[in-house]
Amino acid sequence: MKKRLDYDVIMDLIKPNSRVLDLGCGDGELLALLKDKKDCHGTGIEIDEKAIYECMDKEVTVLQGDIDSSLQDYSDKRFDYVILNESVQQILNPETVIMESLRVGKRVIVGIPNFCHTSSRIQVALFGKVPITKWLPYKWYNTPNLRFLSLKDFRQFCQDKGITIEKERFLRTTGEISLWPNLLAHHGVFLLKKE
Amino acid sequence: MNNKSIIETQYYTFAEPPGEVPLKCGQKLGPITQAYETYGELNADKSNAILVFHALTGDAHAAGYHKGADKPGWWDNMIGSGKAFDTDKYFVICANVLGSCKGTTGPASIDPKTKKPYALTYPMVTIEDMTLVQKYLIDHLGIEKLLCCVGGSMGGLLALKWTIMFPDAAHSAILIATNYRHTAQQIALHEVARQAIISDPHWNNGNYYGGALPATGLSLSRMIAHITYMSEESMEKKFGRKLQDKETVGYDFKTDFEVESYLKYRGSSFVDRFDANSYLYLSKALDYFDLCEGRKLSDVLSPIEAKFLIITFSSDWLYPSYQSRELVRALKTNDVDVSYLEIESNYGHDAFLVETESQARLISSYLKRVWKERVI
Repeated sequence: MKKRLDYDVIMDLIKPNSRVLDLGCGDGELLALLKDKKDCHGTGIEIDEKAIYECMDKEVTVLQGDIDSSLQDYSDKRFDYVILNESVQQILNPETVIMESLRVGKRVIVGIPNFCHTSSRIQVALFGKVPITKWLPYKWYNTPNLRFLSLKDFRQFCQDKGITIEKERFLRTTGEISLWPNLLAHHGVFLLKKE
Repeated sequence: MNNKSIIETQYYTFAEPPGEVPLKCGQKLGPITQAYETYGELNADKSNAILVFHALTGDAHAAGYHKGADKPGWWDNMIGSGKAFDTDKYFVICANVLGSCKGTTGPASIDPKTKKPYALTYPMVTIEDMTLVQKYLIDHLGIEKLLCCVGGSMGGLLALKWTIMFPDAAHSAILIATNYRHTAQQIALHEVARQAIISDPHWNNGNYYGGALPATGLSLSRMIAHITYMSEESMEKKFGRKLQDKETVGYDFKTDFEVESYLKYRGSSFVDRFDANSYLYLSKALDYFDLCEGRKLSDVLSPIEAKFLIITFSSDWLYPSYQSRELVRALKTNDVDVSYLEIESNYGHDAFLVETESQARLISSYLKRVWKERVI
C-alpha cells in the first residue's frame, strides 16, 4: 500500500487515547492506524458500501451515511477530534459541516487539496484550461469535487468564522514544506478549535 | 463441525408450578419446555457463546442436519466450521421461541392441568416474555455473558430486547432487517393474515387439534406473508408473467401464472409444518412490540452496554431501512458503539436469508473484533 503522508501528519496531531470521528473515512485505514498506534477509539462515517466492508475487515466502527446529515445526533464536544480529510471539497454544505464538527469535536482536523498550486495556476494562466494534475486528476465532467479552494481561501474562511487555527501543516509529494504553501503545497492539514 | 454434522434438538424444562414464569400480560406460565440446539464447543471460561434468535416461523434447528434429513438448518450457510459464526471458535445456541410449535411450549402443547392442548387458553406471550425465557436457558447452560446475541426480522427484536433487559449479559448484538416497534403497515399485514386463519371454519375458536386443520386459512396467511418477504423487482425477476405448465391463459380461475402456483405451494407446505394458533400468537406478539411505549427511544435504550452491528437491505419494504436508521441515531445519541450498513439488494425482506456472502463478511469481521475487545 502506498504510504499516505497526510495520515502521518494527522497521526502526529492526535494525542493517544482520543475519541475520534472520521467523516468520510473511506476504507478505514486511518481509523485502524489510530486504533493500533495511538489506542484511539474511533468511529467512521462513510457512504460507499464497498468501503464499509473494508472498514469492518479492519475492525473499526463504521456507520453508513451522508456526512451532511451525520452529526446532528452527537452531543457537544463528544469527540476529542473530528477529522475531515479529503472530504470537505466533496460535501454539499461544508460550512455547516465544519461548524457542526466544531460543535461535536473539541478539535477538528481538516485536510484539503490546494486547488491553487503552481502547476494548476500555470494551466489556467498559460493554457486557459481548468487544471488537471496528478493530485487532482479529474475532468470537469467527472470530478467528485464540488468545492474548489486554496489553502489561503481556507485560512480566510477560518478567520471569518472565528475559528482558531492551532496548527497547520503543508505537504508536497516529497514531504512536508513550510515555505509558500499556497504556491508549492498540494495539501494542507489544519488543526482547528472554536470555543 | 463438518459439512454433514448430525445435530440433535435438546430440551430444557423449567418453571414447574409454583415457580411459573410471570408474563407481561399478567398471567403466569409453567412448566415451560424450551427446544434448543447448540453448535461448537463452549470454552472453559464460557466466554465464546453466541445466541441466535430465529424469525417468526423459524425453529431451533439453525445449522447442521437432523438424522436422516437431506435439508440442513435454516441458517446453515452462516453457522458452521469456517463460516461466519465459526463453530471452531464459537459456541452457537439457537432456541425455539415461546409460543411457537417447534418443541417449545406453545398453544399446541398439552396443558398439564387439563391434559389437553392449550389452544386459546395459552397466555398471550410477548417479545419480552420470549426473551426472558431464553435467559433461563442461558443461565441453565451456565453462561453469564454472551459474546453476541443476533437475530434477523423477529429475531432482531429479541436480540435488541436482550441488550436492554440484561445489559451485562451480552458484549454485542447484531440486528438484521428488523426494527424497534411494529408500524401500522406491519400490523395491518399481520391482521389480514390472522383474519384468514380466524375466518376458516375449521379454526373453530382455536379448538381444531385432533380434527380438521384450518388449512385454507393458514395457507392463505402464508401466501400473504410471502408477498411481503419479496420485493417487486425480485418477484418480477423470478416470475414475471410466466405461465405455470401452460402455453396460454385459461380464462378461468385455475392457476395461470407461476407466481400464483408458487404462493399456493408455499401456503400449502406451510400447513404441514406450522400450527395456526402459534401463527396467531406470534404475529400478535410482534404487533404488540413497541420498545418505546410512549417513552423517548434514546431513554429506552439507555441501559444498553453492548456494541451493535445493524444491517438492513435496500429493497426490504417489510422492515424498511429507515426504521433501523432511527435506532442507529438513538444509539449514536446514547454514545453506544454502533456500526451500520444498508446492503444493496433486490431480494426484499428475504435478503436476510439470501444475501449470505455480504453478511458473512460483515459478521465474521465483527465477531473477530468483539472477541478481541471482550472483557472477561
